[in-house]
Amino acid sequence: MDFSNLNINDNALYESMGFICGLEIHQQLATQKKLFCHCPVGLTNRKYDAEILRHMRPTLSELGEYDGTALMEFKTKKEVIYRLYRDRTCTYEMDDTPPFLVNQQAIDYAIRIALLFNCRIVDEIHVIRKQYLDGSIPTGFQRTMIIGVDGWIPYKDRRIQITQINLEEEACREVSDIGHLIVFATDRLSTPLVEIITGSDMKNPAEAAEVCRLLGNSMKITGLVRRGIGTVRQDVNVSVAGGTRVEIKGVFKVGNIKHLTAVEALRQKGLLELKNKFNDRFGSNPKIEYKEENLTPQFSGSKDIIGRRLESDRPLKVLGLSLPDLADFVSHPLQPDWDFGSELSGRVRVIACIDSKPNLFFYSHRHRYDIPDTVWDNIRNKWQSRSNDDVVLICGPSADVTTAVNEIKIRIGELAIGVVNETRQDMKDGTTDFERILPGPDRMYPDTDHPPVKITDSRVENNRRYLSEPLWDRQKRWVAMGLSGELVNALSLSSYADILEPLAQDNKMPLKRAAYILVGMLTDLRRSGYDLRKADRERLKRIIESALIEKWPHKRLKAALIMLAHGDSNPQETKESFSPAAFDKFWEDAQNKFNSGTSNDKCGKFRRFITGRLIEQFPHHSEEVLTRIAQRLDCK
Amino acid sequence: MNDTSLKGYKGRAKEVLQSLGGRVWANVVLQTDRGDFEGVILPRSETADGDHIVLKLKSGYNIGIRSDRIQKIVETGYKEAIYKIPEKEFPRSPEKPNVTLLGTGGTIASRLDYRTGAVIPAFTPGELYGAVPELADICNLETIKLFGVFSENMGPMQWITLSEEIGRQIEKGASGIVIGHGTDTMHHTSAILSFMVQNSPVPIVMVGSQRSSDRPSSDAAFNLRCASYTAGHSDIAETMVCMFGPTSDEYNLLHRGTRVRKMHSSYRSTFRTIGDVPIAMVTPDHVIPIKTDYKRRRNDCNVDVKAVFEEMVAIVYYYPNMRPDIIESLIDNGYKGIVIAGTGLGHVNKPLYPALKKARDKGIAVFMTVQTLWGYVQMYVYDTGRDMMELGVIPAENMLPEVAYVKLGWILAQTTDPAKVREMMLAPIAGEITEREPFDGYLILQGGIPEVEKFIGQYHR
Repeated sequence: MDFSNLNINDNALYESMGFICGLEIHQQLATQKKLFCHCPVGLTNRKYDAEILRHMRPTLSELGEYDGTALMEFKTKKEVIYRLYRDRTCTYEMDDTPPFLVNQQAIDYAIRIALLFNCRIVDEIHVIRKQYLDGSIPTGFQRTMIIGVDGWIPYKDRRIQITQINLEEEACREVSDIGHLIVFATDRLSTPLVEIITGSDMKNPAEAAEVCRLLGNSMKITGLVRRGIGTVRQDVNVSVAGGTRVEIKGVFKVGNIKHLTAVEALRQKGLLELKNKFNDRFGSNPKIEYKEENLTPQFSGSKDIIGRRLESDRPLKVLGLSLPDLADFVSHPLQPDWDFGSELSGRVRVIACIDSKPNLFFYSHRHRYDIPDTVWDNIRNKWQSRSNDDVVLICGPSADVTTAVNEIKIRIGELAIGVVNETRQDMKDGTTDFERILPGPDRMYPDTDHPPVKITDSRVENNRRYLSEPLWDRQKRWVAMGLSGELVNALSLSSYADILEPLAQDNKMPLKRAAYILVGMLTDLRRSGYDLRKADRERLKRIIESALIEKWPHKRLKAALIMLAHGDSNPQETKESFSPAAFDKFWEDAQNKFNSGTSNDKCGKFRRFITGRLIEQFPHHSEEVLTRIAQRLDCK
Repeated sequence: MNDTSLKGYKGRAKEVLQSLGGRVWANVVLQTDRGDFEGVILPRSETADGDHIVLKLKSGYNIGIRSDRIQKIVETGYKEAIYKIPEKEFPRSPEKPNVTLLGTGGTIASRLDYRTGAVIPAFTPGELYGAVPELADICNLETIKLFGVFSENMGPMQWITLSEEIGRQIEKGASGIVIGHGTDTMHHTSAILSFMVQNSPVPIVMVGSQRSSDRPSSDAAFNLRCASYTAGHSDIAETMVCMFGPTSDEYNLLHRGTRVRKMHSSYRSTFRTIGDVPIAMVTPDHVIPIKTDYKRRRNDCNVDVKAVFEEMVAIVYYYPNMRPDIIESLIDNGYKGIVIAGTGLGHVNKPLYPALKKARDKGIAVFMTVQTLWGYVQMYVYDTGRDMMELGVIPAENMLPEVAYVKLGWILAQTTDPAKVREMMLAPIAGEITEREPFDGYLILQGGIPEVEKFIGQYHR
């Protein structure tokens, strides 16, 4: 595989590989309070007020058999620290209080989203515990519940299945994860979110990204969801023919989906190639003769990267492991700048908690380190290594090195399987890395702390009344209006899109310009500090309408919008207050005020000044105000 | 079709299951007026309504389906939940101490059946070894299941059985006793055991969990390891409660059985020593003593068991406007002892006086404790207190109300002679009355105060 000319747009290539992709979109809801307690929702950047320390212990049968050794190994894994914030967390987040009854506002919001995606709403909601041992939730499980099933959205000429919509609590924010210590902030914990699960209906990377955007934007325009960085995350499931489902967790930007799914498909293809090669070379019952040697004495005191690492306060060990006839595997590329050796590194980082970079030193990669060739040669001579034998050096606490060696052998053994069923994380550099093995079917069991919640038909119908038109219908109309794809995409996300519709009823209206004002100008203004999202919609609409009909210059429209954004236009204005006498009085006062200023400019400046003043004073009569100004002033 | 095949179902839902041939643990396709649902029919909670059928879907989620929507049930498979845990032999060795674990109910350890979500308790040494393998590093474990009751249903009968079994195990040479117990009334049981089982040569350690053992964040395994270590290795031959010190997984505290109380409805660190400091801190591999005045472990197998209890004893929690009929109804119903939890230094209102006098005249033992929990009853300070003592109310020093209650029940089963009852009540047996309250015996840190916030910011709680 050559990643230097990676083409993520070659749909035919991916379709020929049997690419399929499903999405899980996690979107936080815009409720005031959390899902199972009464803490306010929202992040904080204050320093924490307290910390608690916990361990996660697999409950029996989590590991399949009653294997005491496996349990013991698990025990040594991680200490988990939770940071607590007085204004964001209570004893529920600490797992020191059972859940309060589920937030009813969150249920209603989730029902509306499920209805939007054409789901059947369940008759009775059951709260379920879904186990997570990574510490991201202090209870060790996430409370989650199905709200709707069997939905769909239209896409191209087909339907994308929405298999399930869940309401669940958000996990903690990870602060750091170093060695055996992981630190979480609990402010985000228990924020209500909906999880939208699609069928594996996307056939190429471009579709995955498009559908993800469509689902995300559809929710955003409902006003039911939180917006901003981190309020939405997507997990992407990818597989190719002969491969298996691999889940890429927490994809940060929708924009990355196309690239990441393409790369994952190619990674799976690469692993399938390695599978064939491995099985050809080692047979169906591979017996690989690894050699191991403690090399700590050789490296202590040396000037290279390993020697420097050994100077740590903790006692560390250096172990050499031979990888016989595997050098071509180690350097087999699987992702951009990422080979099978990197795959082994990822495993060791997660399972053995050795996370200094690099955590494995391969002979094949020796040019990347400052370890002298003579050192490598000594080891290889001693082991009588052949040209395709690789050597890997591992440096870390002794117990972790043992785990690492074990894990490397396990991962090499898995070459015979091809693609391993696992979750991977978005490394934000265009590649993914190992996160954890998928634990078979999800570990789920009923939450005995919470009674079932009955959802009546009338509650469902009440919620249906709050539904606005789905995004895909609006988009169809915008396309029919002759708007470009780019404008349609921008409008899909715009919270002002509703203004466009009434304007479109006047067929003389320049709709493209209208759309530009709504998505371009208003966004620019918001970025410069003039936020019109909370401004009076009706007035905003009238200003834009006037501007379009009267062909206002850009500056003039901008001035009017800025004033509206400030919210300092006269709210007392009525029909009566817009009498000719009042208008004259206001004009005169404004003129005096203007003249008392130091400006030596004349008509033009006054015109701008008085226009602002008058629209501010008589915002409901902007059209007439402008006519009168034109009558009184003849400057251009 | 037997009863268990419709476990928990009632009303309309039960009828639908019966008429359409649905049963619990069956893999089914439910055909409804809103489409098909595929999954396993689960038992229904007894307290839930009679309208819905619970289905576990392939995704692992459960949903309830209104039974009147169901048109047809097609069974595609059947697999009952397995409620038995395969045993694995508990490794024993002569170097390790022999500890006996007595079970009273609740689950110390358990496993989940993920297909059904059923929580299956683990109790025998083999099962416990599977759940908490670290126990094998601590001791040789024997287990005896005495009863299976919730903590709130523990009472005199269970206390007596438990005490007698402890006596037998000590005489048989156990190096220590661990008692698995629900947490709600753990301090009542620890107090009565302190009186019923005296002069034990070995530690008697009560343990439970505040987060059930089926969850990864459970405190059960850590508590059990600390308790087993205490029972097998510590030299503290007293009845103790061994539960979380802070809410963090750091160490447990060993509380004297007569001075401990559950102080929070849900915190892990709910047990606190009241009016004194705990005996020691403990982790799964060492004990750090805090006090030095505890009874030391002995090598003999001698123990005094006096397992008796008079049930006609009550606690009266005084409140303003309490009327004398509360006391009178106890007198009329033949109660032999009353423990009052009075206000402040140990007070009740004047309208109760005639009823208290009547109680004394009937030979009912009346003792005063404080509902403040911390501090001594001091009835000489105010006239009210002196008036009440005139009426025969006896101040019970700094005995906790629940401790005074079980001690009075235990004494009245041995004697009804008022002078003897009084003498026995006020003679401390197991630290239930202390002569001195140390300055750090009452420390409820008040949140919000700068120095407390600083402390909390620095230490894991």
